[in-house]
Amino acid sequence: MNEFQPKIVAFCCYFCAYSAADLAGSMRLQYPPTVRMIEQPCSGRIDIQLILQAFEDGADGVYVAGCLEGDCHFLKGNFRAKLRVGQAKKVLDDVGIGGERVEMYNLSGSMGPRFAEVAHEMHERIKNLGPSPLNKTAASAPLPAAAGSE
Amino acid sequence: MIVAEQKSFDEISKMVESFDKVLILGCNECVTVCLAGGEKEVGVLATSLRLLRKQGDRPITTLEETVTRQCEWEYLDQIEKLAEEADCIISMACGVGVQYVAERFPDKWVIPALDTKCAGGSVKHGQWEERCGMCGECILHKTGGICPVARCSKRILNGPCGGSQNGKCEVKDVDCIWDQIYKRMMALGRMDQLLEIEPEKNWSKARDGGPRKLVREDVMIG
Ligand code: SF4
Ligand code: SF4
Ligand code: FES
Repeated sequence: MNEFQPKIVAFCCYFCAYSAADLAGSMRLQYPPTVRMIEQPCSGRIDIQLILQAFEDGADGVYVAGCLEGDCHFLKGNFRAKLRVGQAKKVLDDVGIGGERVEMYNLSGSMGPRFAEVAHEMHERIKNLGPSPLNKTAASAPLPAAAGSE
Repeated sequence: MIVAEQKSFDEISKMVESFDKVLILGCNECVTVCLAGGEKEVGVLATSLRLLRKQGDRPITTLEETVTRQCEWEYLDQIEKLAEEADCIISMACGVGVQYVAERFPDKWVIPALDTKCAGGSVKHGQWEERCGMCGECILHKTGGICPVARCSKRILNGPCGGSQNGKCEVKDVDCIWDQIYKRMMALGRMDQLLEIEPEKNWSKARDGGPRKLVREDVMIG
């Protein structure tokens, strides 16, 4: 049977998560290929519309990774990001996709192992939740070789 | 400015249940500033509606536009084509804008996405407060520039009432505005002015006198 492989979009701040991902790479740490990263100049660049758009374009989960609280290079970007992720959770609950599919993380550029851990954590969470309601029909219908059906 | 707040998504989505192509119309003035119905909120509402409806068997098409002001005909003229295309228009303006849209496009069903709250302003980012009750005859020169009509829970003109406690209003969790009026008048050395009894207000100049209409013949042409 085809196992569900989620599509997860990670909006990563250039100064922390993005560098942490680099470090995780140099340390040869494994993390799930289901996570696709988008570099941001600061996690404060995130906007609720970007999060919603990711879901509309097929994501099953989204997370935003910013610097540790107090360490944002633009002072309050990661606090803004946190509030916006909270707002996105509410909207996703309202529209029936589920707020638990989006999360905010904070880490520093030197936290390569934590980066991999976060990726695993989100991968597991979304895997347990199953495909986004928008992807459900697509996932369950056209796979001819898949054994069994719903 | 006019302060408004978005209705719940549930309420809005129910109002558009029977429509397949909607124009979501924002307004660039007050409702943009109070983060309720500007271009950004138009985008979020449009995406939210699409996300919701994609999950059922009746997807929705959204047209998005934000005009300079919904309360002026000339800006509504600009969206005539878009309006024609849509089954209905969701107006994200204050109640004035919604009515202008309905009047300008008489054959369109128009839905309000906001609840219009008051004439007020932002006191800090993310917080808005009422300031004017649009009474039709301003008395701010008698109260130190602080309005008891809009800001005293009982609209008392010779306050404070007996419920004023430690600067707080007895009716709800707001500052007693008469306490503030007194403090300000005292600071300005104008306490004597407060000793004068303010006679009853002519409420016929306010909404109580029916809908108001203003005419300025000196600026009317042709
Ligand atoms: S006195 Fe009347 S017009 Fe003046 S601020 Fe108060 S409500 Fe508005
Ligand atoms: S406590 Fe002050 S603000 Fe409240 S009703 Fe009395 S006078 Fe008005
Ligand atoms: S610079 Fe990293 S979160 Fe702002």
